[in-house]
Amino acid sequence: MGDITRLSAAALADKLSSGEVSAVEATQAHLDRIAAVDGGLNAFLHVSDHALDVAKSIDERRSAGERLGPLAGVPLAIKDVLVTTDMPSTSGSRILEGYMSPFDATVVARSRAAGLVPLGKTNMDEFAMGSSTEHSAYGPTRNPWDLERIPGGSGGGSAAAVAAFEVPLALGSDTGGSIRQPAHVTGTVGVKPTYGAVSRYGAIALASSLDQVGPVSRTVLDAGLLQDVIQGHDPFDSTSLTDAWPSMADAARDGARGDVLKGLRVGVVREFTGDGFQPGVKSRFDEALAVLAQNGAEIVEVQAPHFEYAVAAYYLILPAEASSNLAKYDSVRFGMRVTPPGGGTVEQVMAATREAGLGPEVKRRIILGTYALSAGYYDAYYGSAQKVRTLIQQDFANAFERADVLVSPSAPTTAFRFGEKLDDPMAMYLNDVTTIPANLAGVPGISVPVGLAPDDGLPVGIQFMAPAREDARLYRVGAALEALLERQWGGPLLSQAPTLEGAN
Amino acid sequence: MSEISEEQVAHLANLARIELTGDEIARLTGELDQIVDSIAKVQEVATPEVVATSHPIPLSNVYRPDVVGETLTAEQALQNAPEQADGRFKVSAILGEEQ
Repeated sequence: MGDITRLSAAALADKLSSGEVSAVEATQAHLDRIAAVDGGLNAFLHVSDHALDVAKSIDERRSAGERLGPLAGVPLAIKDVLVTTDMPSTSGSRILEGYMSPFDATVVARSRAAGLVPLGKTNMDEFAMGSSTEHSAYGPTRNPWDLERIPGGSGGGSAAAVAAFEVPLALGSDTGGSIRQPAHVTGTVGVKPTYGAVSRYGAIALASSLDQVGPVSRTVLDAGLLQDVIQGHDPFDSTSLTDAWPSMADAARDGARGDVLKGLRVGVVREFTGDGFQPGVKSRFDEALAVLAQNGAEIVEVQAPHFEYAVAAYYLILPAEASSNLAKYDSVRFGMRVTPPGGGTVEQVMAATREAGLGPEVKRRIILGTYALSAGYYDAYYGSAQKVRTLIQQDFANAFERADVLVSPSAPTTAFRFGEKLDDPMAMYLNDVTTIPANLAGVPGISVPVGLAPDDGLPVGIQFMAPAREDARLYRVGAALEALLERQWGGPLLSQAPTLEGAN
Repeated sequence: MSEISEEQVAHLANLARIELTGDEIARLTGELDQIVDSIAKVQEVATPEVVATSHPIPLSNVYRPDVVGETLTAEQALQNAPEQADGRFKVSAILGEEQ
């Protein structure tokens, strides 16, 4: 039967539906893998104690003849930003330690309904603020390719869990690159859907106009299968789009045949080709473009003159929204309460609680957001940032007149070492220079592995972006490139990753 | 350079209800100064004729039927409360002794 944990979600789903593998066997194999390697990785904050019971009930329903969804019995990891009724949800913060949600996030409820088996909650930077998981209150996650390096962030736990074969699929959230940048540094696939394509209900809010939930996987098809489960209108999220979405899995299967590249106009964003990109990232990116061109794509250069202002606008809009979203951690209705010695008024208790319960990056952004929104500064900072948002949307609109998809490296460098950027907030913020524009404009983006950087042997991803609502185009193009590259490599990139045996 | 002072950071921390230590205020003052210097560049292109965007994909009039939906029970709502009494959230004192 081989090692179940090495199978893609699609391949595992086939074996589950044919009866070759049971959901209990699949779940046990992944729990064993977690037990074997997660001590060294710290991808999981919590591992479910009843996943086998869930798997057993799937097997029973299947053997009773019930028609189950395509992913029934496939294990799933859930980023801790998504609330779950049966496991704690902390969003990586001490202030929510032990928090048990009275309801499931919509994406979690849909995943359960589709028969996916939740294995646990994955580590993340506190409240999704960070690009390395070093800001998690529960210790960083390590990159399976090199345990001394970061797995990306904020969703480093989900990406590392998938890369280390602890689970074939995970849910993530992407506010400025938190799905795509971890995918880039771990050699995995990550998709940020169109804003509003996937419900945010039950996603612990960071910046509500930027947050989007999406799939994390090892293959483009697997991501499509998971997006098919979670996408679609949700009346509990008033920003949820009412569109009827096509099957992203079908788009990926269609794309893997390769015809989609013929005549496809691929726009290289000129602003993301210059200095500041590691040579090894640049060379793998250029090679991927050459593969696209050899297979019929037309490579054009597009200009997006305002993208250079995206990081600045983002670090005004995000802290502004976060400072107000995080006001709810007030020691009254849920979460930590710290009473100062000798007692205190509710305001003093609140201030003591937030001092004790929030980490340095969260405090930094709350103070920054409070500053950007204060009287006298509002127009100069927050108001200006909202105007830049308009300019970036116009840049996208102009670029998409000349190109069907836009491309860039998914991040400027490969995985960096722990501590390298921790004391320099601006250096950390610049990790997301290529991913932030998509969040500001609401357009979808995907990161697909394109090889290992020749200068350090670490994974590199390419980012494709499409106009809003054109998520299926990303799956087609991403799957086409993936198929061509895997043919070149003789298998998936992750087959070259360290096995992690003895990592504990 | 922007001109963020320690007094200003202490004031912001008070508004945000975070009891920062003196060390934290000192460190944050330096960091915020550097961050604000970098992000102030949005002003270069945010000219008066550009309209502001608050939401990536604008929707209007998102309503639902005015009927009672599924709600949490009082027990569920209280399940994470740091302190509760008589089926309600128990809050720390609102007023101090001198008020």
